[in-house]
Formats: sequence, structure tokens, C-alpha cells
Amino acid sequence: MDWAFVIDTGLQLLPGVPLALQLAGLSLCVGLALAVLTHAAAIGAIAPLRWIARAYIDLFRGTPLLVQIFFIYYGLGQIPAIRASVLWPVLREPYWCAIVALALNTSAYTAEIIRGALAAVPRGEIEAARACGMSGLLLRRRIIWPIALRQGLPIYSSEAILVLKATALTSTITLTEVTGIAHKLIASSYRVLEIFVAAGAIYLAMTFVLTLAFGLFERRLSAHLIQGRA
Amino acid sequence: MTNDRAAQGKTVIATEDLHKRFGSVEVLRGIDFQARDGEVVSILGASGSGKSTFLRCLNLLEMPSAGRLHLLGEEVRLRTGGDGPSVADRKQVDRLRTEVAMVFQNFCLWSHMTVLENLMEAPLHVQRRSRAEVRDEAEAMLERVGVTARAAAYPAQLSGGQQQRAAIARALVMKPQVLLFDEPTSALDPELVGEVLKVMRDLAAEGRTMLIVTHEMAFARDVSSRIVFLDQGRIAAEGTPKALFGGGASERFEQFIARFNQG
Repeated sequence: MDWAFVIDTGLQLLPGVPLALQLAGLSLCVGLALAVLTHAAAIGAIAPLRWIARAYIDLFRGTPLLVQIFFIYYGLGQIPAIRASVLWPVLREPYWCAIVALALNTSAYTAEIIRGALAAVPRGEIEAARACGMSGLLLRRRIIWPIALRQGLPIYSSEAILVLKATALTSTITLTEVTGIAHKLIASSYRVLEIFVAAGAIYLAMTFVLTLAFGLFERRLSAHLIQGRA
Repeated sequence: MTNDRAAQGKTVIATEDLHKRFGSVEVLRGIDFQARDGEVVSILGASGSGKSTFLRCLNLLEMPSAGRLHLLGEEVRLRTGGDGPSVADRKQVDRLRTEVAMVFQNFCLWSHMTVLENLMEAPLHVQRRSRAEVRDEAEAMLERVGVTARAAAYPAQLSGGQQQRAAIARALVMKPQVLLFDEPTSALDPELVGEVLKVMRDLAAEGRTMLIVTHEMAFARDVSSRIVFLDQGRIAAEGTPKALFGGGASERFEQFIARFNQG
């Protein structure tokens, strides 16, 4: 393999990194907020909202992300009502379509992560809090949510990595993030092997840093799980 | 000594015709019970007799299906609705729960907080006492139960006995008027039972009001001012340890004790 070419390609792919990080970061933030709302609806008292939330989760977990991206970018544009609506300036842009698709997709998975994390909070610890006179928001804020966060974080870090890698799919709707640039380079040089090795290395580096960041955060939060005696 | 004090104490817990049903199973079938200030009441009974459920009804971790509950002279306001009673006044229950503290079988310390933080949590955030005062009080209680050295450790880093002693300290920091113990030594390795019972013995000796669900017969006999024996959801025998363990008080209790001595 021509390593000099791989390194040169890597440098040419780097300008795609900020876009990939932006897509991942923004859709993770929006997705997390949507996930909290979806989960709240899914366990709420209003039955129709519960059904909608469940259907939403099943729909976005049950269909491929690539189909969702195509549907939002190509599909919605064919509906005249959408073209005429206030949403059109957003849905016309591949950048925003990508963020909408990634955010909706990750929110469905994250809603399930939240559900699992809350379900894993030991019942006894909640009872102990109630027995101490805690209830409502205080009980959630001081006991349930902090414990659930610690339960859910390792799984959520996987979800964040999946989203970061999924940004590669947005190259199919013309976005020139890392994979998009790689496609262009291939079109002009046909050196597929070296170019994808370089692209893969860049994704690996990004996910490595992300894993590291989550790992540090987890360690900070999870001092309580470290065994052994002082 | 404890008995004399208790005899004069005001009633701190009273139930009238308390029932608890889980689906079609009636676990408590009408319990009339009173505990006075300064009493140490042990609640005994076979597995499934309803003793833990009864204790958990007293701070409403279980909602009674029917009956009345008085805590510290107040009737707990319950609302009867379609799916059975529910708490009518959440604030009242939260307030009373700080006065009727509970110690659990599985300790149930909050795993994400250090031992000291566990002790300070409810006094700070529920009772809203000052941090300086709460910290002093918490440290004093840890000292008392002998867990001072582990104040900065997390519950998972403690032995079961240490966790349970810390959990007792957590209950004490709230300055409750009554302590409920739900099988406090049942989850402990045999060699760790003694250290927890010793703490409880000391608490009883200083005149604390305690209700204890336990299988520790010797402890119940030595420490209690009164014993309540539950059988199939009813109080089947009740009296001083002397009267009950002396024999002849109740046939069912005799059988229970006999099984225990064999077992």
C-alpha cells in the first residue's frame, strides 16, 4: 500500500471532520431532548400519547436509517403540501434533512435507553427515599435520575458512537463530510483501498476520542461501583 | 425500666381494623394495634404471616386496603377511590415519614452517594436543616454506630453489617420519633448479625420507640417490651416476652417457637 498517499488522503479528508462532528453533535442533542419527551409520553397518563410514543419508537427502530434519510430528503419533497409549508426551507436543505433524520432515529433508541435505565434503578433505593419523606420532583432529582444516569450512560455512549458513524450515510444526500469527500477522491483517482483506509482511520480516531470522553465521565460518576476498601 | 416508661407514654402508632389485600390474597385481616412512646415492640410470625406488610403499611410503603392509621396522634388521611385507597395528602405523609423512619432488610443505602452523603440527604433536602448542623449530627451518628472510618466510602465498598449500621444512622439523623425495622438482620452473614443487634440493643436501652419485624428470637425476648405474634394476617398473640415465652399463652405461638427451635 502507498502509505504516503494514504496520509495525503487523510489530510484531504480532514475538512470533512467538522461537518461530521456537527451533524452528530446536533442530532444527539436534539435526539436526547426528543427522547426525554418521547419517554415521558410513553409512560404518561394519556393513552393516545402513549400509543403514539410507542409507535414512534417502533417505527424509527424498525426501519433502516438510510431509508429514513432518503424518505425525508427525497420523499417529503414530492409532497406539494410540504413544499408549500413553513418546513420547506428546512427540508429543502440536505444538512437539515440529515439532522432531522439522525435526530429522529437516535431519539427512538435513546427513549428505550432511558426506559431501561429508569427500570434498572433499584426499587429498594426508591423506597428508602420515600420512607425518608421524599416524593415528586425531589425524589426524581436527588435519587432516581442520578442513579438512572449511571445505569444508562454506558449504553448511551454506544448510541453516540453509532450516531457519529451514521453521519457517513449523509454523504448519500450530497453532504461532503468524511465519506462524501472520500467518494469524490475515488471518482478522480480510483484508489479505493487507500482512500477507505484513510477514511476508516479518521472515524476510528473520532470514536476513540468519544469513547475516551464518555469513559472519563463514567468514571467520575461511578466511583460508587469501584470495589475494594480504603 | 423501659416498660414503666412505655406504660405512661402517649400512643404514637395506632391501627384500627387494618386490612391489606394483594389481588385476591388477603394478607392482613383486620389488625388493631397500638404502640406507645418508648415501647420496643417485636413483631414475630412465620413467613407469609403479614408481618413485613404490616410494618410497611405503617409508613404507607404499602397502601392499606381498608382501616385507619394514626401516626403521632394524627390520622393519616386516605382517599377511597375506584382502585382502593390512596394518599389524600402527600405533604402529610412525607412529613410523617420523617418522624417514622425505616430500616430495611437490604439496607437500601443510595448507591451513588457516600455514606456521609446518605446520612445528610434527607435532613438537608427534606427537613431543610442547616448543612453545618446536619454534618455534625451525621458524623456523630456514624461515630455512634462505629462506621466513622467509612464515611467517605460508597455503600458497595462496605460490608453488610457496616451498611446496615450506616442505614440505622441514616434513620437516626432525621431525629424520628419512631424507628421501624424490617428484618434488619435477615440479609446479613451470620457473623455480622451481632454488630447490628448490638446497635439496636443500645437504641432500645436509651428508650427509643422501636417496632421490629425479626426472626431473632433471643433478641426479641431480651430487648422487647412487648411482642406481637401475627398468624395468617391477624394478631394471634400479644404480650410481654415473659408472658409469651413463658409458655401457655397461645398454642399457635408455642408451635411457632417449637418449629423455630428445631429449625
